[in-house]
Amino acid sequence: MKMKGAEILIESLKKENVECMFGYPGGVVIPIFHYLFNAPFKFILTRHEQGAVHAADGYARASGKVGVALATSGPGATNCVTGIATAHLDSVPLVVFTGQVKRSQIGNDAFQEVDITGITRPITKHNYLVQDIKDLARIIKEAFYIASTGRPGPVLIDVPVDVSNAEHKFSYPEAVHLRGYKPVYEGHSGQIKKACDLIASAKRPVIYAGGGVVISNASKELREFVRKTAIPVTTTLLGLGVFPETDPLSLEMLGMHGTYYANHAVNESDLLIAVGARFDDRVTGDISEFIPHAKVIHIDIDPASVSKTVPVDIPIVGDCKQVLAEMNQIVKQPKIEEWHAEIEKLKREHPLTYDMTDKGMIKPQYVVEEIYRQTKGDAIICTEVGQNQMWAAQFYKYTQPRSFISSGGLGTMGYGFPAAIGAQLARPDKRVIDIAGDGSIQMNIQELIVAVQHRLPVIVAILNNCFLGMVRQWQQLFYEKRYSHTCLNFAPDFVRLAESYGAVGIRIEKYEEVIPAIRKALEITDKPVILDFQVSREENVYPMIPGGKSFKEIIMRELA
Amino acid sequence: MASSNDKHIKQYVISVKVENRFGVLARVAGLFSARGYNIDSLAVSATEQDDVSIMTIVVRGDDRVIEQVKKQLNKLIDIIKVSDHTELPTVEREFVLLKVNALPSKRAEIYQLGEIFKADIADISHKTITLGVKGEPENIDTFIELMRPYGIKELMRTGRVSLLKE
Repeated sequence: MKMKGAEILIESLKKENVECMFGYPGGVVIPIFHYLFNAPFKFILTRHEQGAVHAADGYARASGKVGVALATSGPGATNCVTGIATAHLDSVPLVVFTGQVKRSQIGNDAFQEVDITGITRPITKHNYLVQDIKDLARIIKEAFYIASTGRPGPVLIDVPVDVSNAEHKFSYPEAVHLRGYKPVYEGHSGQIKKACDLIASAKRPVIYAGGGVVISNASKELREFVRKTAIPVTTTLLGLGVFPETDPLSLEMLGMHGTYYANHAVNESDLLIAVGARFDDRVTGDISEFIPHAKVIHIDIDPASVSKTVPVDIPIVGDCKQVLAEMNQIVKQPKIEEWHAEIEKLKREHPLTYDMTDKGMIKPQYVVEEIYRQTKGDAIICTEVGQNQMWAAQFYKYTQPRSFISSGGLGTMGYGFPAAIGAQLARPDKRVIDIAGDGSIQMNIQELIVAVQHRLPVIVAILNNCFLGMVRQWQQLFYEKRYSHTCLNFAPDFVRLAESYGAVGIRIEKYEEVIPAIRKALEITDKPVILDFQVSREENVYPMIPGGKSFKEIIMRELA
Repeated sequence: MASSNDKHIKQYVISVKVENRFGVLARVAGLFSARGYNIDSLAVSATEQDDVSIMTIVVRGDDRVIEQVKKQLNKLIDIIKVSDHTELPTVEREFVLLKVNALPSKRAEIYQLGEIFKADIADISHKTITLGVKGEPENIDTFIELMRPYGIKELMRTGRVSLLKE
């Protein structure tokens, strides 16, 4: 039986067991929407294409499945670009469909035409322009395979409207044949043996675990590895939750705003075991001063991540889960009692802290701590980007993978809220909280109506300091306190804004209102809540290693 | 572990087997252009297999960056194989078309030099001769230098192609 291209597309998504798709209609995708009308999976109409891609991304990160989005040609497609780049930098599996003008018009500057495969070439793992309907099903099969295997990433499929309207027999391929794409999962056993030997003789080893551990679902294997070796663990921003931060061996997050003890331990280590992490500049700071005494073992599925910025002594290319499982068979605990004692002392002497004596304006860090206490650490926390993101990373203690969702690599403001919508759809059993700033929440606030429509009880906790706080912090510290265009004194009334959307809005101005407000929000289970926390205006995120500097230049607190 | 800031700039010859599809060239070129690298020469052609093309890329760069580019090339789905021919035994050929000023009084000299390089006389006019020379890239360089004093009006090279020796 022949089918239209648009129907083949929907049938292919059914074959991929897609449960939820995000998107926005437009001229050249009307044929696809025609068949979406009675598709058996959920379609979430966001109010902006950027929101659709971020929501698909949040869905993917919370569930481990492929996120799927659909937008029209031209502006619909370009609105997806930030979302695609966000997913690309954080290795999130997405399949994004865009409509395209009909084939005979491509290249003619037709209405709503852009070369979206050209635009997204450097920010996708792969992309396709479907030129022949007979290729459509194969391309979709390949796209899902490419997006979700190896180091995952976004794949874009551009579908000209006349391909959607053309007819062809539908047969979904059983397997993919890509001779240029063969991800390696199994680590080299010789390298694994060498790594274990090195670990056995280490005196000051540290595990540095990243988002790759989340992606490969290797948290269990990592925990077993730590149980066997007793090596302290620090994680990157995207690795939060892969090892419980409540464990005595956790050093919590490292890097620019990481803990003193994590950065100190890494700096003093004689062996750094990087697992699914990529030595981002926010982690290393000045690369020439980074880990002066350490040998490096690097486990990563992407050979291009190995020795990219930091030379590696023992590279192990493979899937974190498989490699760790194999290491767990043979690894021995090194003698590191002195190292443990030193780290314990560091943790005691330089805890993560903030000024708790100031009883004036609410401290944003306190709000995050209280959210942690009131949710018993069991929520999925999404963040926007900036100070809110760093405080969310520092003061909520993560114990489970996929419980912290944030734009790490690209640092996309406006990511957190649509991602929270996606995460809530993926995990209806969990409370999902977007920790936001008053700046970034305004970047995708239009998606509030989507949460109302679908009765999603996402909580948005705005740490409202009337500033673009992180940029203001840099201006204060490095640019003569010239607060050029970072003051957001002109702001909407977030409570009335929430109400106008049919959501609940609560403003919190005093310390004693914090707990009741959070509790009230947690009692609401059928609509979104905006908590507008009026927090102290010029609070800074500490510790801080200034950009491009080394651990030696860490700033611990406000300089008088 | 300090990383070296030394720049080790040298010329690389990278041979890339790719799927014979639209868009592949743009993906490959994009990896170089995104790093601000200028490709010295690029030859793309068919191979013994219909669905495979081969690119020979000559590029100058810092060894760490080129190492990274090779890894990134390997990550592209449409790329079948990346081989670095820089340090390997290869046979290389290139072709140049060169139009040089040649008043009748100079023609004999130019013919003579051309003969040494087994040049084709591709065209001849009252004032110019156009020669074609094929050979190893270094020979082509030499030939061009020898022609320079006569006044080169136009010159075009194909870019080298490179095969590994058996």
